[in-house]
Amino acid sequence: MGAVGLLHQDESLDLDPLLRARVLEGCLGRRPARIPVPEWAAPYDAETARLDALLADLGEPEWDMPVKLIWAGGTRELTLCGVLAHLGSVDGVVATALGLDDPLGPGAPRTRLERTELAGERCRRHTHAFVRNKWRTQTRDIVRTLSFAGSATGGLPVDFADAVVPMRDALIDRAFECWIHAEDIAQALDYPEYGPPAAPHLNRMIDLAARMLPTALAALRQAGLAESTAKLVRAGTPGRTLDLHVEGSGGGHWYISLDSPGAIGTPEAVVAEIAVDQLDFCQLAAGHIAPGRIAAGRDGDSAAIRDVLHATASLSRL
Amino acid sequence: MAASAPPRWDRKMQQRLARGEEAALGELYDRYASLVHSLAHRVMDDEEAAAQITREVFGYIWENPDAYDPKQGSLRSWIAGLTQRQSVHRLRQSENRGAGSPEQVEDRVREASTAARADYIVTSMPEPLRQALDLAYRRRMDYREAAADLGVTEDEARRRLRLGLQLLSTAVQDSSPQGRSL
Repeated sequence: MGAVGLLHQDESLDLDPLLRARVLEGCLGRRPARIPVPEWAAPYDAETARLDALLADLGEPEWDMPVKLIWAGGTRELTLCGVLAHLGSVDGVVATALGLDDPLGPGAPRTRLERTELAGERCRRHTHAFVRNKWRTQTRDIVRTLSFAGSATGGLPVDFADAVVPMRDALIDRAFECWIHAEDIAQALDYPEYGPPAAPHLNRMIDLAARMLPTALAALRQAGLAESTAKLVRAGTPGRTLDLHVEGSGGGHWYISLDSPGAIGTPEAVVAEIAVDQLDFCQLAAGHIAPGRIAAGRDGDSAAIRDVLHATASLSRL
Repeated sequence: MAASAPPRWDRKMQQRLARGEEAALGELYDRYASLVHSLAHRVMDDEEAAAQITREVFGYIWENPDAYDPKQGSLRSWIAGLTQRQSVHRLRQSENRGAGSPEQVEDRVREASTAARADYIVTSMPEPLRQALDLAYRRRMDYREAAADLGVTEDEARRRLRLGLQLLSTAVQDSSPQGRSL
C-alpha cells in the first residue's frame, strides 16, 4: 500500500447512521449512565448528530448551494448555510428556555420567521465553519443541559411565539425539523438515501403529530376550512374517533378525537380509518405532500378523513 | 481526515465519561466512530465485523475511561490503537475458524498496524501539511486549486504535499503488532 492509500478517503462515508443507536445502547448495557440523556431528547441527539455527519463531507462551495424549503403555508429558498442558521435560530428558543444564551443575542425577536431572517443575515457575515460550529455546539449544550437537569425538565414550557409546548414535545419537534431539513439538504446535494430516523424515534415524532391533530382540526374548523362538523361532546368523555393506522416499524394506531380536543378518542367510537405509510405521513406533516395527493387507505366518514389529512398538513411550518 | 482534538478537549471528555455522562458518550461517538469503523473495516473487510468492533471499542472506552492516559498521547491515537488491537484480535480469531490462510491474515494484520500508524501521523503532522493532503487526496484538487484554496503559491502547495507524503510513508515501515483483546 502506498502512502496515499493510507489516507482515510473512505472515513465517515459508509458509516451506517443507525449504528450510533446500537453502539450507544451496547455501551449503556455494559455500564448504565449516571447522567442519562432523557428518553424524549434521544431523537434530537441522534438527528442533530446525523446532520452534522452529513455536513462533515461538504466542500466550501456547497455551503452556498440553494436549498428549497417547502411547507403547507409556503416555500422559501435559503442557502445551505442559511438552512443550518434557521435550524439553530429556532433551536435557540429551546436553549433560552433552559437558561442558555440566545444564539441571536439578547433581545432577539421570537417568531420563527424573524429569527430565521436575522440568522440568515448573520450567516452572510460569518464563515461556514463558524455557523456550523455554533449550531453544533448549541445542540450539544441543549442535550447536555437537559441531561444534568433530568427528566423533570420535560414539563418546562417552551414559547415558540405561535405556540407554547412542553420541553419534551419541543425536543421531538426539533428532532423532526432537523430530519426534514437534513432531507432537504441531502436532496439539494444529490446525496443518496439520507434515510429516516431510527424506528423508536420516528414513532415519537408520529406520536407528537397525532397528539396535535385534534387541536389542529379545531383550528381548521374555526377558519372555516373543514368539511366535517363537530358534535358536542363533554370534555373527558369519548367522542367520535378516527383510527389513524400508520404502517411501518415506527408506526402504530392512534385514536384521534374528531369532535373536540377535550374529548377522548377510543377504538370503540371509530367512525373512520386512515391507513398510511409512516414516511408518507411524515412528508404530509412536513407539508411536502399535499393532503389530496397522499396514498392512503380510507374507510368510513370521508369528510372526517379529508379534514384529518388537511389538519396533518397544517402542522407544517417554516 | 480530522485533526486531533485539543488536549484540553481530551481531558474534559475523559472526565465526563468517567462521570457517566451519556451525552459525552454520544459526542465521543460522533467524533471518532468513523475513524474506528474505517480502521476496523480496513482489517476485516467486512461490514458486520467492523460494526461489531466499533461496538466493542466504544464499550471498552465507556467502561474504562481511566485506561486512557493523556500523557501518552491524544485520545484519538489511543482509540486508533485500541481499534487496531481489537481488529487484529478478531482477525486472528477468524483465522482459527479457518477464514483465510495464515499468510493472508498476517498481511492484513500488518496493514492494520500501518493504517493505525498512518492515522496517527496524519493527525499529528503540522496543520499546513495536513490541510494540503486533505485538499489533494480527499477533495481531489490539483496543485493549482489546492494552492488557491490555501492561499499559497503552487510551488509551496507542491512542497507541502511532498513533505506530507514523506511523513506518511514512514508509516509503511515494518513493525510487529500485538493482537490483544480488549
